[in-house]
Amino acid sequence: MAKFRGAIVVDIEHCKGCNLCVVACPAKVLDLHHDVNGKGYHYCYMKNPEACIGCASCGLVCPDSVITVYKAEIK
Amino acid sequence: MELTDIIKEENLVLKKSGLLTDNVMHYCPGCTHGVVHKLIAEVIEELGIQDQTIGVSPVGCSVFAYNYIDIDWAEAAHGRAPAVATAINRLHPEKYVFTYQGDGDLASIGCAEIMHACNRGENIVVIFINNAIYGMTGGQMAPTTLLGQVTATTPYGRDAKLNGFPMKITELLAQLDGTCYVTRQSADTPAAVRKTKNAIKKAFQNTRLQKGVSFVEVVGTCNSGWKMTPVDANKWMRDNMFAKYPLGDMKDI
Amino acid sequence: MAEVKLMKGNEVIAETAIRCGCDGYFGYPITPQSEVMETLMLRKPWEETGMVVLQAESEVAAINMVYGGASCGKKVMTSSSSPGISLKQEGITYIAGSELPCLVVDVMRGGPGLGTIQPSQSDYFQATKGGGHGDYHLIVLAPASVQEMSDFVVLGFDLAFKYRNPAMVLADGVIGQMMEKVVLPDYTPRRTEEEIEKQCGDWALTGKKNRNRHVITSLELEAPRQEVFNEKLQRKYREIEANEVRYEMINCEDAEYIFVAYGSTARICQKSIQLAREAGIKVGLLRPITLYPFPMKPISDLCGRVKGFLSVEMSAGQMVEDVRLAVEGRVKVEHYGRMGGVVPTPEEIVVALREKFSI
Repeated sequence: MAKFRGAIVVDIEHCKGCNLCVVACPAKVLDLHHDVNGKGYHYCYMKNPEACIGCASCGLVCPDSVITVYKAEIK
Repeated sequence: MELTDIIKEENLVLKKSGLLTDNVMHYCPGCTHGVVHKLIAEVIEELGIQDQTIGVSPVGCSVFAYNYIDIDWAEAAHGRAPAVATAINRLHPEKYVFTYQGDGDLASIGCAEIMHACNRGENIVVIFINNAIYGMTGGQMAPTTLLGQVTATTPYGRDAKLNGFPMKITELLAQLDGTCYVTRQSADTPAAVRKTKNAIKKAFQNTRLQKGVSFVEVVGTCNSGWKMTPVDANKWMRDNMFAKYPLGDMKDI
Repeated sequence: MAEVKLMKGNEVIAETAIRCGCDGYFGYPITPQSEVMETLMLRKPWEETGMVVLQAESEVAAINMVYGGASCGKKVMTSSSSPGISLKQEGITYIAGSELPCLVVDVMRGGPGLGTIQPSQSDYFQATKGGGHGDYHLIVLAPASVQEMSDFVVLGFDLAFKYRNPAMVLADGVIGQMMEKVVLPDYTPRRTEEEIEKQCGDWALTGKKNRNRHVITSLELEAPRQEVFNEKLQRKYREIEANEVRYEMINCEDAEYIFVAYGSTARICQKSIQLAREAGIKVGLLRPITLYPFPMKPISDLCGRVKGFLSVEMSAGQMVEDVRLAVEGRVKVEHYGRMGGVVPTPEEIVVALREKFSI
């Protein structure tokens, strides 16, 4: 069991659905949503939120800075 | 543990840099420019030098860099950013001056300007994005295009007899006495992004040491020009570009 | 304190630049104006006033350094001669399109191509009609003496900053190379950062602090917005045309014929006037001092009382087109010129006047 849990908040309307975050995630948390945003992009979302460890890999590789990452110690 | 327990201000580990504007970047999905813009903004923010930094943007896809990073900018003619930065640096030696240039801008039309700015040892930072293609004009051959690589002007692949060889400009610049720090990085993985950020930060810190040009090449992708998905483009870059353009420091004095 | 010296035109450009508080000179050697940078390097103004002097790797780099310096609100300049000015046109149009003040000195030589190193006036079109791409103008000052080489460096910078527009001193090889007495201006200190902030604070790159970021650019992808910007530029040019026309009239009061000539040719024409008047031909001289804005109205006003105009230039006939535009067909307009670096004599100009106007 991980000592930390993480979560991300995606700026959906500014996501371009490039999929780089999905590939970068070591915990396979992310996927592109089957819905699209206002620009027609399949935006990223936490498909398996409970698996997120807050490592911020997704946010690091995101070209559009649409991912905000949070990380909390499990007490 | 509920998501609402995690998503709290005190648990924040990564957010958009305060130096990035609210403008939506015009870059294609997955473009390396976005990542590098973000890193520059973060470095300037962390060093606390927003009011002392002047950027020089190029001609090419990143011509609009000035719309995204909230500092003073001059937009240079194609290839001339190092000349523009030279004057700003000479007239404002206390400021942090950097150019942001692509491979067509820096290694083709601006070859003379970058060579001589590096040779004079201007106290500037150069961020060089090498994606082996002209993005903005629609995917034509760049000096750094690989042999065999298909572009709009090498539809049968780059042929050395017809088009010459891929240019390792960064290696050439490392030979000049006016450069103090020359490195080649990428931005395709979280680890690579961290390393590139460290390189950019070191480059900006070098400005205060008056040692000359700090040159950071970032090997990147142009998935639109390469006609691949962003994920495939990163793989193609690792499989093909890194052999010709190996990552790492070439010079650090 | 004002100082009287015997100096070469090119040296005076350098000396005046230092004295008028210029912040930076960026150049590339080319005959017949290399003495400008040589004089600066010998004078070492960086030790005296803090002025930056840099030999660039090319004319292209030099003018883009001027763009960079001007972007910061600094008083910067370059100098060159015809082939070098052709290379600088890229940077000049960017400077005009970004509304930056700067001074460009062109000491003209003969062309086209590499041409000759002797004096010429064949850059008139290039200087006054824009020179590079797009609709723009430089403010063009034409010195006819070494004194004016000094005066127009000061005036050129003043006008450049007044209108946020590049200014050009369009001299020729004669004016650049000859020595004359010159009264040099008093020293004006370089502006402090506070003074630059006061003068250029709403646009110059000084570092973003407590204000919106400043961007120096000539790019606008939205066509309607680019047109609005172009209209703004045109309004500026109309204002310059209304306020900044400068010219000199010599012996025009009773003249039946008028020489129109600038620079060294205007000096030669003064001798021609003397010769012609000795032969009973009443000739005067209208010397445009600003080639852009061109003295349209003074020429137009003369049309009611003169028989004709002879535009005398060291070119195949460039300024004569503007004379014709001013005259609008009311009287005869002719051109006399020598090319390729050949300087006309006073006598041959009088002969040309007689022939062309059947006197």
